Parts: sequence; C-alpha cells; structure tokens
Amino acid sequence: MDQANSRAAAPRTSDWPFFASFAVLGGAYVALIVAMVLADIFFTSPRHIFQALASPEIRYAIRLSLISCSITAMLSLLVAIPLGYLLARCEFRGRAFIEAVLDIPIVLPPLVVGLSLLILFQLKLGGASLETRLTQIGFPVTYQIPAVVLAQFAVSAAFAVRTMRVSFEQLNPRAEQVALTLGCTRAQAFWRVALPEARRGVLTAATLAWARALGEFGPILVFAGTTRMRTEVLSTTVFLELSVGKIEAAVAVSLLMIAAAALVLALMRLFGSEAKFNRASRP
Amino acid sequence: MIRVEKLTVRAGSFLLNEVSFEIATGEYAVLMGRTGSGKTTTLEAICGLRPAESGRIQLNGEDVTRLSPAARALGYVPQDRALFHSMSVRENLAFGLNVRRTDENVIAERIDQLAELLGIRALLDRRPQHLSGGEAQRVALGRALAIEPRVLCLDEPLSALDDDTRDDMHELLRSIHQRTRATILHVTHHVADAQKLADKLLVLRNGRVEESNPRG
Repeated sequence: MDQANSRAAAPRTSDWPFFASFAVLGGAYVALIVAMVLADIFFTSPRHIFQALASPEIRYAIRLSLISCSITAMLSLLVAIPLGYLLARCEFRGRAFIEAVLDIPIVLPPLVVGLSLLILFQLKLGGASLETRLTQIGFPVTYQIPAVVLAQFAVSAAFAVRTMRVSFEQLNPRAEQVALTLGCTRAQAFWRVALPEARRGVLTAATLAWARALGEFGPILVFAGTTRMRTEVLSTTVFLELSVGKIEAAVAVSLLMIAAAALVLALMRLFGSEAKFNRASRP
Repeated sequence: MIRVEKLTVRAGSFLLNEVSFEIATGEYAVLMGRTGSGKTTTLEAICGLRPAESGRIQLNGEDVTRLSPAARALGYVPQDRALFHSMSVRENLAFGLNVRRTDENVIAERIDQLAELLGIRALLDRRPQHLSGGEAQRVALGRALAIEPRVLCLDEPLSALDDDTRDDMHELLRSIHQRTRATILHVTHHVADAQKLADKLLVLRNGRVEESNPRG
C-alpha cells in the first residue's frame, strides 16, 4: 500500500496563489512609485512648468545640474575603472579594509558626507586651512561650484566602483591570460581585452553616477551652500522653492528632474540593448 | 622541446611538488591524470600564468622559468576557450599578430591560411557568442597558432564536444601537428585522445609524472 502511495503522482495544486501573492507584494512597490509620479503630474500644470523654465535662477540650476552631473560621472569612471579592476582581479593586503572604506559613502547619512568635506577643507595645513591654500592659488572650493561637483562625486563614485567591480568580476579572467600568452603586457591585456568586454558596465556605472549626482542634496547643502545663481542645482531648487512656500514651482522642478533621470535611463537602455542587438543581429 | 625539472607550484591550497618530465621537439605529448591531480596547474606554470616556487622550465633549450607569458611565445588554448567576446573571429585570430605590430598584409595572409587549415572561413565575421562548441574550439586553436608558436599547450581541448565533433577535432589536431611540427602538450582525461594522438603519454599520479604506453 505504501509502495503504491509513493508511486502515485503528487497531488495537483495550482501555482497561481504563489505567483499572485508575489505579484501583489512586488506590485505594491511599483504602484507606490507610479502613484508618486502621477501625483506630481496631476498637481502641476504646463503653465507651472513653463514658469519654472522661464525663471533665470531655475535655468541656471538646470545648466549647473547637467554640467556638474556630467563632470561627476566622468570623474567617477576615472576612479571606478581602476579601483573596480584591482578589487576584482588582485589579492592584496588590506583589501577588506578598502572594501569597508568604499561602503562608507553609501551608508553614511548624506549630511555627514557634506559636513566631513567641510571639515576636511578647514583642516589646518601648516598654519592655514586647505581652503585658504586653495584660495591663494586661485581655486576656492567651499561654497563654490567645485564643491558641488566634489559633494556629488564623494557619493556617486562609490556606486560607480561597485558597478565596475561587479562588471570585471563577471568577465572571464582567462581571456586576459590568453592575451598575455599572445604577447600582451598586463596593461595591454586590460586595454585590449578587459575594458572592451566591460563596456556595458562602464556605461551603467556612468549612468548610475550621473543619476546619483542629480539627486544629491545633503552634501551640496552643507558643503556648497544654496546660493542662487552660484551653487544652485535642481535638488537645491526644490528645497529653496519649498522653503518659501512655492510648492507649485518645487513640484514643477521635481518633474523636470524625473524627466531628466528617465531620459538618461532610457538612453542607457537604448545603448545597452543596441550593443546586444548588434551582437544578436550578426550572422 | 619542453623540459620541466623538479617544478614546484602552489595553486591555492594545492601543491604540485617537484614534478619532472621532458617532451622532445616536435613530439605530441598527452598528459593525463585524475581531476585535481595538477594537470592544469602544470600547464599554466609552463605558460607562465602561475609562478614556479622552485624548479626549472625550459622551452627549446631556453630557461623560461622567470619569463613573462608574453616572452615565452607559446600557444595556449584554455579549457573554456576564453575567446575575446568584443571581437569578431577574424580579430580574435589577428590578435597576437596585432600585438606584435605585424604588417597588415602578412596578417591577412596568415588569417587566410588559418581559415583554410581550420575550416572556419565562413565564420570569420561572426562574434564568438554565436559559435558552436566545435567552432569555438577551432577559433581558439587558430588564435594560438597565428603567432606560429614552437610549443602549443592545450588544456582539455576536446571536452564538452559531442562524439562526431571529437573525431573531427582528432583529425584536425593530427593535421595541425603534421603541418606545424610544433611541440604539443595536450592535457586531457580522455583515454581516446591519448590513443589517437599521442607520440608520448605522460600520467600525473600521486604528484609524479610517469611515462606510459599511449596505445596500451
């Protein structure tokens, strides 16, 4: 009898409760995001957006945001590619320490990042602060545009490093080893084999850094200040408009930021899938 | 010629201890052994991809123990082929020659010869992602052969191939050996590879390399 039972087919139960419960739980978060964006859209009107776009302060903030985020993305790649590669490929002393250090900007409250930068530049170096020394050579940082970029970079680069590290880890190190046997130095193997194979990772890291930089607010507030027509970026615009009770303008600028972020993400998808499409479409 | 004398190599927790063997110039040697016996570690040490703790490696009479992989100028085909995915098959084949700044015309001619020898002319403009196992293996062989190495190291080159493809590849490896007269070290755990290809059979067992009869 037992034998017969064990041979019998397992009872047929439907899979739909499993998928339905997962869809409801996951869908709740998706619904929240969509609802937030829709709320912004319904709250504002084209008139508010055009008014915002007509304001010279906001036009300045848009320009500074686009420029500073692009510089930040490039600077982030500049450190993320070497650091990501070393962490993915090399075993060395102090590696765990470096990994922990790289997590600091990710877990630290943004305001603390800004405060730490502020303190760093006030640090006394042989009688004068770092900021004073920089001002003497004609490159003031604190409360100036470089502070905006540095505040964005301090956080964005950590995300770019993580992305590049994962990208390099996913590549087969054998390919570089073969390149070595074919006559390459380690540097040639990196430039000719590893980096081209990691190009999608590079694109993702740059986009992520750009988007993080666009949303950065806390460190900019503390380290660069919120001076109109000087260190004002879109995230600070939202704060400034809100603080004077102009909620319509704040929402209009928020929508502009959502649109900019969506555009960048769409471009990344397009490039990413284009590369995939090219590979797939080859005979 | 490949001469390995009392070679000691550490690979993680694995230790290959004082292994010695010799393969004469132009000989096709098959190195067999159980999984984990150190076959791949030995091959990687010969290619310069793992540092030797002690002992000596000679290629064609030259001591290469401390030389970089590039300076050893040998051909290496890893088990997973590791083709360059950002390049076409043609670019994969030309890679070693481009690194050496070989003349464009010479490269084109060499690729033409390799495509003929390996039967991969139709694949030249494809990406490695779209190749079958056998095709990828031919390209990996071609990439290693392009620099005309005097020594060729093959790590399980026929694993993961179906029986028909294996037979084709046996034929191909034999003809490559006849044409190039390169010294070949072929690592495998398939007896059939040794029976069909080996001039010399080496067996890595309990940390020692013993010579055995390839047809036995």
